[in-house]
Amino acid sequence: MTYSIIYSVLLLASLGVTAAMVLYVVSKKFYVYENPLIAEVEDLLPAANCAGCGSPGCKAFAEKLVDTDDISDLFCPVGGNDVMQLVSEALGKEVAEKDPTVAVVRCQGACDVRPKTSEFQGPKSCAISALIYSGETDCQYGCLGDGDCVAVCKFNAMYMDETTGLPVVITDKCTSCGMCAEACPRDIIEMRPKHKRDLKIFVGCLNEDKGGIARKACSVACIGCSKCFDICPKEAITMVNNLAYIDPEYCTLCRKCVPVCPTDSIIETNFPKKKVKKVEVDQGAEVKSVNLIDHA
Amino acid sequence: MLKTFPKGGIHPPENKLTSSKPIQRLPVPKVVYVPIAQHIGIPAEIVVDRKDKVDIGQVIAKSGGFVSSNIHSPVAGTVTKLDMIVDSTGYKKQCIVIRTDAKNASNFVETEYPLKKEIELEPQEILQRISDYGIVGLGGATFPSHVKLNIKADKKIDCLIINGVECEPYLTADHRLMLEKAEEILMGIQILMYALNVPRAIIGIENNKKDAIETFKKLMLQEPKIQVAALQVKYPQGGEKQLVRALLKREVPKNGLPLDVGVIVHNVGTIFAIYQAVQHNKPLIERVVTVTGKKMGKASNFWVKIGTPIKDLITEVGGMPEGTRKIVNGGPMMGKALKNTDVPVTKGTSGILVISEDEASRGETKPCIRCGECVSVCPMGLEPHLLMNLSEKGMFEHAGQEDILTCIECGSCSYVCPSHRPLLDYIRFGKSIVKKLDVSKN
Repeated sequence: MTYSIIYSVLLLASLGVTAAMVLYVVSKKFYVYENPLIAEVEDLLPAANCAGCGSPGCKAFAEKLVDTDDISDLFCPVGGNDVMQLVSEALGKEVAEKDPTVAVVRCQGACDVRPKTSEFQGPKSCAISALIYSGETDCQYGCLGDGDCVAVCKFNAMYMDETTGLPVVITDKCTSCGMCAEACPRDIIEMRPKHKRDLKIFVGCLNEDKGGIARKACSVACIGCSKCFDICPKEAITMVNNLAYIDPEYCTLCRKCVPVCPTDSIIETNFPKKKVKKVEVDQGAEVKSVNLIDHA
Repeated sequence: MLKTFPKGGIHPPENKLTSSKPIQRLPVPKVVYVPIAQHIGIPAEIVVDRKDKVDIGQVIAKSGGFVSSNIHSPVAGTVTKLDMIVDSTGYKKQCIVIRTDAKNASNFVETEYPLKKEIELEPQEILQRISDYGIVGLGGATFPSHVKLNIKADKKIDCLIINGVECEPYLTADHRLMLEKAEEILMGIQILMYALNVPRAIIGIENNKKDAIETFKKLMLQEPKIQVAALQVKYPQGGEKQLVRALLKREVPKNGLPLDVGVIVHNVGTIFAIYQAVQHNKPLIERVVTVTGKKMGKASNFWVKIGTPIKDLITEVGGMPEGTRKIVNGGPMMGKALKNTDVPVTKGTSGILVISEDEASRGETKPCIRCGECVSVCPMGLEPHLLMNLSEKGMFEHAGQEDILTCIECGSCSYVCPSHRPLLDYIRFGKSIVKKLDVSKN
């Protein structure tokens, strides 16, 4: 009885020792050197694996950071400057500094201002709709409303507003990874600089048609009248193909362009309201809804 | 037993309502809208300007490269605008807008050309003329014909196939053309055989067009080199690869062309256009269009100038019937629904189909029940349910390995699916992404 216990214990112990020896030899023989810096850098990264940097995940990005000599063109949009500074210290390499950005939806073609002229019964996907035709409205530049951007957002920072049928960005949650901008077949999502108190001014339209046609399709379309272009003191506005664009690099958020726009296609958010009379009168409902959402 | 292709295929209701209606001539429209991208490949380059006077058949847009085609003015008149107009793709595209000159007689006098049998041009001149006169494949794909006919020295062509299948339900444009212009088509075939030095030709016609088969058989007695073959009725027999397989039992390789098995396929409409270009100096400025629909009282076939707005055609057959839900450019299987009725007729418009409420709706999409119907009807031997799932989940590399690019987009899978799954929508989407991936890889 005792013997059988001793035998089995000895047998198992010797098996264990042999296996340990084999494992030891194998681990020495086939050892793959991995730079310990990679693990260190990976710990610094946000671990969101969003692919906003262009690499398939944080680990791959860490490897790239460690292996590349000049990392000034690599940037983690989620971690931002803070994380990149830590990476710089850990690796002793120069990193680029970028202003924080946030995704904005450059279309306000809600159902009531942009009437539907046709119906599509196919699958709910912007990419497929865009492949087949120009969308259910007469505007071939605006939002298709099937929510491809919402589907790709890994941070729950977007949702589809049921009343307007347009996607909304929750600024606090947006990490500016840029996946939504990539998913949008119409390129209506733009990454714009994040200002204090989340102040934003941008043209909420991408319609390049001539004024009359654009306005017929959507009552808040940019009609290319150049009024904002003329009034802008900083020359931050450019007019290309019947469409105004506010360059965030030069815009000082003075808001002079907002009241002159005849179609209310310039969107401003989170500014104190009392100064802007026109917006309160004409576009109150719309701006309010934008504000509510942004504070949510 | 009649010939057909072995793999897959379906039998949708034929609904050839207009097969006994002779081709009428549509009144010349007051304004024509001529898009510069009417063919597959590079859009043509505009060579006229606003306020220019143009003649019938004058080149208004020049071919923009090798895979491109010239575009000619369908009417005599004045260019009023170069504008962006919604075309059959659903997007606004560059168009040349021409106002018809009401006083110019050449717009309204239709010369009936007598049959001309002598071929005066050299083979090289014939091919050059096909290229210059803007001939593209009129079966629907609008591939520039001169590209198809540009055969490299190492390829040997032993058979010319003429596609008179017209397997799409409702459409009868080719059928009527074969009945009314049989001798001209035969002459067109001889021109091509002479130009390419091909020893024989076969006209493939589905057996639901018995009168067309008879017409050709009677004429064939004098022409031993040209045969006419009756084919079993099955969709999509009009596909090039299916037709070559059905007639010659030759399998066109996966990513190849009929050229790789020594065959060239042309539609009867294209052959007629070639005949007119070579024998009568007439560029491609009009085509036969079937205007049809179950509720259209005066549905018929028409000779239509390129650039005619579709609403003119619908007015001609008695206006839009009540309860119209969808207007399709082409047949019900492969045609595209139109965004509005201002869309102009282009070289690829074989029919206008007006569909009412009860036929237009797609069923509610339900989960796949793995019945395998889509697999058994796929004429290319693909697995549509798998390709759809791969596209939906973004597994495009895998979809590429499953030969998603060989799909001919015939829509048989979506047609038979008992769960009404949007198979073809997703496969098209997958194809577009796989093509992009392939380009970036190379």
